[in-house]
Amino acid sequence: MVTVTIAVIQFGGSNCDRDSVRALETLGFDAELVWHEDGLPDDVDGIMLPGGFSYGDYLRAGAMAARSPIMEEVREAAADGTPVLGVCNGAQIGCESSLTPGVFTTNESARFQCEHVHLRVENADTPWTRHYEEGDVVELPIAHGEGRYEITDERLDELEAEDRIIFKYCDAEGNVTPEANPNGSKHAVAGVTGDSDHVAVMMPHPERASLDDLGRTDGKPVLQGFAD
Amino acid sequence: MTAFTATVTVRLKRGVLDPEAETTQRQLERLGFDLDDLRSADRFEIDLDADGADEAAERAEEMAERLLANPTIHDYDVEVAERE
Repeated sequence: MVTVTIAVIQFGGSNCDRDSVRALETLGFDAELVWHEDGLPDDVDGIMLPGGFSYGDYLRAGAMAARSPIMEEVREAAADGTPVLGVCNGAQIGCESSLTPGVFTTNESARFQCEHVHLRVENADTPWTRHYEEGDVVELPIAHGEGRYEITDERLDELEAEDRIIFKYCDAEGNVTPEANPNGSKHAVAGVTGDSDHVAVMMPHPERASLDDLGRTDGKPVLQGFAD
Repeated sequence: MTAFTATVTVRLKRGVLDPEAETTQRQLERLGFDLDDLRSADRFEIDLDADGADEAAERAEEMAERLLANPTIHDYDVEVAERE
């Protein structure tokens, strides 16, 4: 098997970095932690922005990390076709750095929420979702205080029309309802792609549902997207 | 060069949900205050030296554009005053 190297970027306050490495290694990837000040290695085949509380969520979640020098390199790599996945704080960083549209901001509840949620696969034709079928319901954990997807109605309609929404919060049967939306996200958006679908961000944690020992493994297919 | 303080106020665009402000409003109402609405905003006071007020405002605006505000959800305004 060809070795696929994934850089997991560590910022001060990242805390899902090692979980991400372990999940990626379990799936057969060569995952390496990259401290943001060290810059992006030349030979990476994929980039993961992990969860956490980079820079203490100062100003806005992800705002500081998004403007760090390594994110310039990440944007360039993404533009050159390198797959990039942002999860949780990584999703907030992705949106703050314009890799992906919109913003993840304070939950409707104004509280930190740590729970399992159901997601409906909205577009199964991206690297991150092609091992699912459209309409599949997957269960993943969330752990965030700022996960409410916010964007103008016009822009969101465009994203819907362009099939850029990859996951929506739903109930166990796959119905997208207000009750099944944990944080008040517009259109129940849980994950969205960038201008190209090899760049995506999502608030739920696939890496926390990828190890057989921990029970559910619904998140594996998302991480397998790095292999495509 | 003159010493200025540029005050950048960043607020959510009208229509964007502000759960913290809603929670604060509810708490004020619980304390017996009567109010119609409450909005919160972030205020940054930036001390800087510039050739004139226009230049000071321009630099503060760039700071708002680049970092202090997120144009997807925020509006901002800048006020400049000479500093003693």
